[in-house]
Formats: sequence, C-alpha cells, structure tokens
Amino acid sequence: MAEITRDDVAHLAQLARIEMSADELDRMAGELAHIVDAVKSVSEVAGPDIPATSHPIALRNVFREDSVGHVLTPTEALSGAPDAADDRFKVPAILDEE
Amino acid sequence: MSDPTLSFDEAMEQFDPVLGFEVHVELNTKTKMFSSAPNAFGDHPNSNVNEVDLGLPGVLPVVNKAAVESSIKIGLALNCEIAEYCRFARKNYFYPDTPKNFQTSQYDEPIAHDGWIDIELEDGEVFRVEIERAHMEEDAGKLTHMGGATGRIQGAEYSLVDYNRAGVPLVEIVTKPIVGAGRRAPELARAYVSAIREIVKNLGVSDARMERGNVRCDANVSLMPKGATKFGIRSETKNVNSLRSVEHAVRHEIQRHAAVLASGGKVTQETRHWHEDTRTTTAGRPKSDADDYRYFPEPDLVPIVATREWVESLRAQLPEPPAERRKRLKAAWGYSDPEFRDVVNAGVMDAIEETIAAGATPAAARKWWMGEIVGRAKVADVDPGELGVTSEAIVELNGLVEGGKLNNKMAGQVLDGVIAGEGTPTQVMEARGLVLVSDDGALLEAIDSALAAQPDVAEKIRGGKVQAVGAIVGGVMKATRGQADAGRVRELILEKLGVNA
Amino acid sequence: MNELIASTAAELAEKLAAKEVSSEEVTRAHLERIAEVDGGERGVHAFLHVNTEEALGVAREVDSLRAAGGDDAAELHPLAGVPIAIKDLIVTVGQPTTAGSRMLEGWMSPYDATVIKKIRAAKLPILGKTNLDEFAMGSSTEHSAFGPTRNPWDLDRIPGGSGGGSAAAVAAFEAPLALGTDTGGSIRQPGAVTGTVGVKPTYGAVSRYGAIAMASSLDQIGPVSRSVLDAALLQELIGGHDPFDSTSLTDSFDTLAEAARNGSVQGLRIGVVKELGGEGFQPGVEARFREALELLRGAGAEVVEVSCPNFQYALGAYYLIMPSEVSSNLAKFDGVRYGLRVLPKDGPLTIERVMGATRAAGFGDEAKRRIILGTYALSAGYYDAYYGSAQKVRTLIQRDFDAAFAQADVLISPTAPTTAFRLGEKLDDPLAMYLNDVATIPANLAGVPGLSLPGGLADEDGLPVGIQLLAPAREDARLYRVGAALESLLEAQWGGPLLSKAPVLGAAKTGEVN
Repeated sequence: MAEITRDDVAHLAQLARIEMSADELDRMAGELAHIVDAVKSVSEVAGPDIPATSHPIALRNVFREDSVGHVLTPTEALSGAPDAADDRFKVPAILDEE
Repeated sequence: MSDPTLSFDEAMEQFDPVLGFEVHVELNTKTKMFSSAPNAFGDHPNSNVNEVDLGLPGVLPVVNKAAVESSIKIGLALNCEIAEYCRFARKNYFYPDTPKNFQTSQYDEPIAHDGWIDIELEDGEVFRVEIERAHMEEDAGKLTHMGGATGRIQGAEYSLVDYNRAGVPLVEIVTKPIVGAGRRAPELARAYVSAIREIVKNLGVSDARMERGNVRCDANVSLMPKGATKFGIRSETKNVNSLRSVEHAVRHEIQRHAAVLASGGKVTQETRHWHEDTRTTTAGRPKSDADDYRYFPEPDLVPIVATREWVESLRAQLPEPPAERRKRLKAAWGYSDPEFRDVVNAGVMDAIEETIAAGATPAAARKWWMGEIVGRAKVADVDPGELGVTSEAIVELNGLVEGGKLNNKMAGQVLDGVIAGEGTPTQVMEARGLVLVSDDGALLEAIDSALAAQPDVAEKIRGGKVQAVGAIVGGVMKATRGQADAGRVRELILEKLGVNA
Repeated sequence: MNELIASTAAELAEKLAAKEVSSEEVTRAHLERIAEVDGGERGVHAFLHVNTEEALGVAREVDSLRAAGGDDAAELHPLAGVPIAIKDLIVTVGQPTTAGSRMLEGWMSPYDATVIKKIRAAKLPILGKTNLDEFAMGSSTEHSAFGPTRNPWDLDRIPGGSGGGSAAAVAAFEAPLALGTDTGGSIRQPGAVTGTVGVKPTYGAVSRYGAIAMASSLDQIGPVSRSVLDAALLQELIGGHDPFDSTSLTDSFDTLAEAARNGSVQGLRIGVVKELGGEGFQPGVEARFREALELLRGAGAEVVEVSCPNFQYALGAYYLIMPSEVSSNLAKFDGVRYGLRVLPKDGPLTIERVMGATRAAGFGDEAKRRIILGTYALSAGYYDAYYGSAQKVRTLIQRDFDAAFAQADVLISPTAPTTAFRLGEKLDDPLAMYLNDVATIPANLAGVPGLSLPGGLADEDGLPVGIQLLAPAREDARLYRVGAALESLLEAQWGGPLLSKAPVLGAAKTGEVN
C-alpha cells in the first residue's frame, strides 16, 4: 500500500485550496493510497530513452497576429461576480505577504 | 521596527556580496500574451479584458506572435542562445490577481538562455553580467487594498481586483550569480537594471517606464566571508521599481546581512519587501513548500520552434546597441566627454534625446536637463524623469525664454510651477503673473530714472567704462521688480549714452 | 410514438428540405417528448435546462427562410431546423452552463463556444443543456450535482458518463442529435450503454474553445446520434480549424458524411486488439462482439488480431495525466470572478479561507478526489515518477497504435466491458468505476478517433452492447465508412435500429403508439 498519510492529504488540500474535515482527510488518504497503488506501475514501464508526449497530435508554432479583437464591457466582465465594487471584483482581505 | 545594520564600510571589510536579479519587462505589444484584448495602461478597470483574461470557464490561450518575436529580440540583445524548441508551462498557485490560479510561464525550457551583457559603471569600468535565461510569461491583475491603513495589504478589510493588466506579456530576465562586484555592488545593481531598461527601450519592445511598472526588479543578495567561494543564504527583495531604489535596496540588504552574520546569526531565506520611505526592507514569507508550484507543460499551447531563418531575420531587425548609440548621440550633439558622461550618469540621455526630438537644440536640451531639472530631482530625492517634466514643456519653456517673454530667473520659477503640477509653462507664467517687461517705453523711463539717480556712473560709462553699466542695469531691474530682460536693458542704456558695446 | 421524433437527423433534414414538415413542428415534437419523459421521479432526467422559447424562435426563423425561398433558403445548412441538445459542459449565451456542478449553478456565460457559434450559424434549434457527471468526471452521470440521469432502457440503470444526459436524450427520442465531450470515453461509453452512436473525433478536429476543460490534452467535443450518418453530418458541422484553439487542426474533415453514405468493409483489414477483451468483459458483451466480427468477415473484411501490449498501462497513465490537468484546470473556480462563493463558517474572513470554503462546498467528492490526486502527481518529488512517467507511457501507447495500424486499417473492440449497471452500484468504489473506460482511454491518450455504435443486446440482461472502432489520427472518415457498413449489416440482421427494441417510455406506455 502506498504511504499517504492524513498529513499528506492535508498538505495537498491546502495546496489545492479545498477545506477538508478530519473525516474527509482520513477517507481521502485511504482512497488516494488505493488509487496510487493501482496506477503506480506506470512509473516502472518506460525507460529514460522514451520521450514524453504532452500533446497527442504534435503541432508547433501556432500563433495569433498582434491585432486587437473583441473585449467585454466592465458590466459583462463583472456579470458573474459574487461581489463587486467600482467596476472591480471585490474579495475579502488577503493575508500573506507583508 | 527596523533590522540592525552594519555600516557599508564595515560590511565590505568582512564580506563579499553575491548578487542576482530577476527583471520583469512588460512588452508593449498591441494585445496581450494569450488574448486579443488590448495591452493598455491606466484605462477604466476591467475594460481591457475578454473572457480569456478573466479565465472564464472554457477559454483557451493563443500565443501572440509579436510577443514571441520581442522576446527573441531581447534574448539576442542579451547575447543569449535562442532555444530551437521551447514550451510554456503552468505555474500553479492561488492568488486573486491570477485569474486562472495558475500563471502561464516557462519553466525548464526558456526561449533564451546563456547570455551576457557588459555593464559600464560611472567611471568607465566595464563589468560583465552573465544572463542565465530570459523567459516569456503573463502579468497578473492589479489588487487595490481598501479599508485599514494607507492601502497596505496589512489590515485591509477587502481588496478590489482589476484584470486589465492580467495577461500583459512579460519577459523575465534572470542573471547568473554575480560575484566580484565588491563595494561597487550597489552601483552595479543600479547600472545593470538601467542597462536592461535601456536595451529593451532601444529595441522598441517595451515602453520601459519604471514608474509605470514596465520594468520591475527583484534583487537577490547574499554575503560570503571575504575570500570564500561558497555562496551564503540569499534574500530576495521584491519589486524594487526605480533605479535609485535598486541601488539603495542592495546596499541596505548587504548591511543587514552583514549585521546578522557578524553577530553569529544565520540569514533567513525569504522574500523581502522594499520600503522607499524608510529605505529598508521587511520580511515577507519564508520560502517553504508553499512554493510547490507544480509546474507542468501547458497542454493548451503547442511548442515553439525557433528556426534559424526566423531568428536571423529578427537579428537583422535589431537596432544599434545602446553603447554604439551613445557614441553616435555624443557626436551628433557635439557634447564634450565630461558633458556627455554627466548626461549619461545623471540618467537623462533619453530625456535629452526626446527633448531634442521635440524641437530643442542639443545645447538647450542639455541646459534645461543638466542645469535645472537634475538639480531639482536631487533636492526632491527622485529620478529626474520622475519629476513629470515633459519634453514638450521644456521646448515651450525654452521658447518663452528665447522669445524674450521670460528671463532665466523667471523661467526657473515657471519650471517649479510645472513640476508642482500647475499646468503648462504658459499657464504657469500667466497664473503667476510672470511677465517680462519688454516694452521699450516703460524700460526707457526706468533707465532715465536710474541714470538720473546715479549721474557719476552715467558719466563713467560715457567715458568708456562700459563695465560700469551693471550698476544702472541693476537699478532698472530693481525698479521693474526683476521682470525686465536684462540684456535688452543693457542695450538700451548703452544706446542712450551713445556708447558702442 | 410520434414519427417525427423517431426519425434520424438525416431523415428530418430531407423532410424539412422538401417542406413536408416545418422545423417548428419538429422542434415542438421534441419539446413535447422532453416534457413527457424527462421530468418527474421516474423521468429520464437527461436535461438540466430546456430552452423552449429560443429553440422555437430559431425553428420559426428557419421555416420563414425556407418559405421565402430564394438565396437565403438555398444557402441554409442541410441540418438547419433539426433540433439538437448540448452537453452542459459547453458554454452557451442565454442559457445557464453548470458543468453539472454546484460551483457554476446559475452561471451565464457571456460568450458562446465555437461549436455553438457554428450550430447557431447553421440554425439548429438548441433544445437545452444535458446532464453530466460534475465537470465530466465519471462514467455514470451519478456524479452530477443535480441528480443522476436514468438509462431509457432501464430506468434503474446508469446511462453511462460523463455524457449520460446527451446519450439518454438521444436514446429516449428527446433529441435526434446531441453534443458530447470525450476525455476518456465520455461520448463512447454512454453511447454503448444506451444503444446510440457516439464519436470522439481526432484530437484537434473539433475546437475545444468553450468546452469547460477537464483534461486539456485529452478532451474532445464530438457528436451523439442514433445513426452513423447523423454523427458524420454533425461532426462536419462542428469541425474545422478554429484560431481560438491552439491545438485545432488545419486539416479538413469534409468527407465524413460521404464516407458514411458509402459504407463498405470490402477488402479492409480490421484489427482485433487482443488486450481489449477477456478478463473483466461481460460474456454477453463478448458474444455480440464476436458476432459483429463474423458479419464483417462475411462482408469481405479481413479480421486480424493485433497486440497493443502497453494498453495495460493506459488506465494508470490516464489516471495520472487526467487528474494532474484537472487539478490545474479547476483551480479557476475559487469564488472570485464567477460562480459560487461560500464564506467560512467561523474564524477570520480572508480570501484564502473563502476559496477553501467555496471549493469545499462547490465540488463533489469525485472532483475533489481527482484534484487531490492530480495535486499529488504534480507535486515536487513525485512529478518524474508519476506525471513524467505517464507522459512516457503515452508515447508507448502511440507506438502501439502505430504498429497496430501498420497491420490493420481500423481497430475494433467492445466499447465498454459491461452493459449498464444499476444506479448506485459502483458509486462507492472509484476504481471499479474507472474500469468502465478501459477500452476507450487509449484513443484519448493517443489522440486517435473512436466511434461507438450499437452491437446488439447482451443475452444475460437484454441491455445494449457497444462496439468501438478506432482509426489512425486524422482518418475520421475511415471510421464512418466502416461504422456505417457495420451498422447496416447489424440492422439488416435485427430488422431495424436497435432502439426500436427499447422499452416504451412515458405516456406512450398507455398504448398511444404512433
């Protein structure tokens, strides 16, 4: 069984910004370990000589010309906002930094 | 509470500084990095956004070709290798100014890498700075912190987000560790950022206005005991956004680290915030696993393959490098070596070039910038460009002097008014009632009175002692409360007394 | 049952062009069918939103253009006036788009997906938005925040997922056409268990712009229908290069309907993928599959066995790549710009805690599970072992396909290992649920096109079995040619479409048949 502790899940949930109860953390730790066991054989298949594929169909150099296209009005931009003021999105206080 | 510091001299006796810079350059493309919304500064909030910039559900990015070409040009100007193959990657972190909660950036495959630039210090010494990489990414939106004290994040009740800047193309230029600068480290820091600014402005790929955040610097500083080769623990001072601040921040960090190390302490690896008002830094958050950005190749974008032909065609478009440009401007303007060096060191070469382009002669442009504006900037403790005097204002002011409407003394007062935000030179002149008395009739009256008041002086002048005219001129200027053109007064006196000057 | 709703899209298009019926009549018939069978406790619940007024408006517009004649009528798209249902993962102006999640409940998009723009330009009345597993994560539509969709063949069973709503809508004759999205089988597996046709086009053949991203390198929009020809007509309509999608192909895919009209397998090499069968596959599924192979042989195809040894790792690679991309794609749902915002119950009110509370309340268990799994797979120290290795396995799977397509023109397998299972049966066992996609996932990893069509009913439960065809990238037309041929062979044997054997739903039960 893969070693995934409740603390590991708590850390992942913090990185993913999902609040989780103690019960949820325990349950998720168990499920995650189970799933990781089922998929971990993947890490043993391909040697260092095998290149990684990030895109199923290989394309390159897809660009856009630098000309201005459509914009939303501030009203349209803010139409789905849970909270707004002065044509800006309003969010509760930010901790972090300073 | 500010951290203890050692004096700079003491610090330099014991330690060698190691520097590193991450400079973000905002490109001046017409549209954003991944959307066709306008890349414009200072407009109404959330008016330069479309669904891509807001990260609405279902949107996809498409790369702006002009931004890629600008990035390659920056790489070439920094003598970098241009990657034949590179990709974008997602840098995952949650922050409300980042609409998708990931920044589309480049990780282990930057578009340009392994370059260098030669930095010329004030006395002409040249210092080579190695460039590790230059990579493309997108800017974040702008947060305004409301409530609490003075718009600081600390104590704010809420924040407002404007995404106009979200998605603006950025190139981040990262140096390799810079060793051996010694006590010239602060000066080199300033000169390096100045050089980057000059290069991107010269390339035409950025407006390069630091006061608008077009060029932003994070400065890394660490110290090691003199003679050591193993780098110390570094701090990263974020968003040092003027040339003077860069110099001061590096100096401050050197002194702060030195105090920590000299007292047997250990420097904390952390981000620091620069405070222009106190010229000190304060601690941000320590480096931790919060910095697990979970980079992975951006699946919504395809790789960029820079063919040799493409790179060479861009190389052919590069303008002359700044060093060569300086040589050319010096010759064109006819300044002497010390005159030109003073101009460069004062950081007003570009300003003078703009002023000349706006219609001033090289001599006049230099007179205003070096004679008037630089001094005032020193007093105000800001960069000359930050005083807000436009080329147009200088040309207008110079025209008022040359047209006889103002004398030099009055022009200085008008310049003060312009800096104080009172309007254009003409508006300031009118509002302050600064009118040069140039009506010969009024002047002749004043001259007659002055001559009558000092008959002995008048006699001396008639007798050929022309230099004595100053006393009469002084009397006239006093009578007109300084609002007369002294040159014209002199002419009229000599004419009246029948003396050839 | 009303003859109009039993018709295929191609038949409706002909009747409309010949002015035998009006689009308003056709659209109204489908809206009435939705009203009849979709709601209530034992309803199919394929739709999350019904777009009555707008659909009828478009229908009347088509009718008046046709009535006026002239250039405007002549320039109408062949499918103009044929109604369509849209998976609620695709954004539409004027109708809510929920992605099956509380997170977006009530959200109105200010822009249309590229495929919606094409559908509007071609004037297909949009009947509404169909149910799905939350953010398209699931194989049963039970992970929808708005309740499950029921399988029209047996209302106690799942319609597959994530696109159970689109498949059930088409199977229940609520719509002749629907759009789905397929990341690991979300079009094909619901097609298989509902006895309908579903196609995942070549990656990049249809623009993804406006399809709410689940896993960007795997997602593809595709057609859901009751016939192979209808699917081809719809893919031609929605496909084509889109400058708003960097992964959009510039190839043209305009011979799909022609290929479907000229179905043939004569002289074709059809490869049976050894690894996509055997253990875990229901006997009734395997029996119908073997019969289909016999029919193909009888029609002149050469059936060969091919081996794709790395397919055994496909599920594992998929469950590393997909959640990794999910964890990043779903980060934008944070309660700042749109959608749900939930305040923390107690403690300080900071944006970090609001984001945490919003995402805790807005996402269901499966979404959370995949986000956490993806966060784990991408995190420092695990990237190389998990995400990096999975991307390498992807290379190996592409190579397996290359080798297989050197021996066969198309590949064939059962679409899903089982027929529709009972609602709730696998809800508490994520791994059992994931196994439903074992045969469909390789196509997404490699970007190749896949088509699922009805293969008959399993003996043990009388429920539909799906047969999957796979072609090399960009060879979508080949799928339609072979698919149409197999469809007509099977229907000749059955004496009509498989869906004519489906139990009668709704008021029609009382004997009001046609």
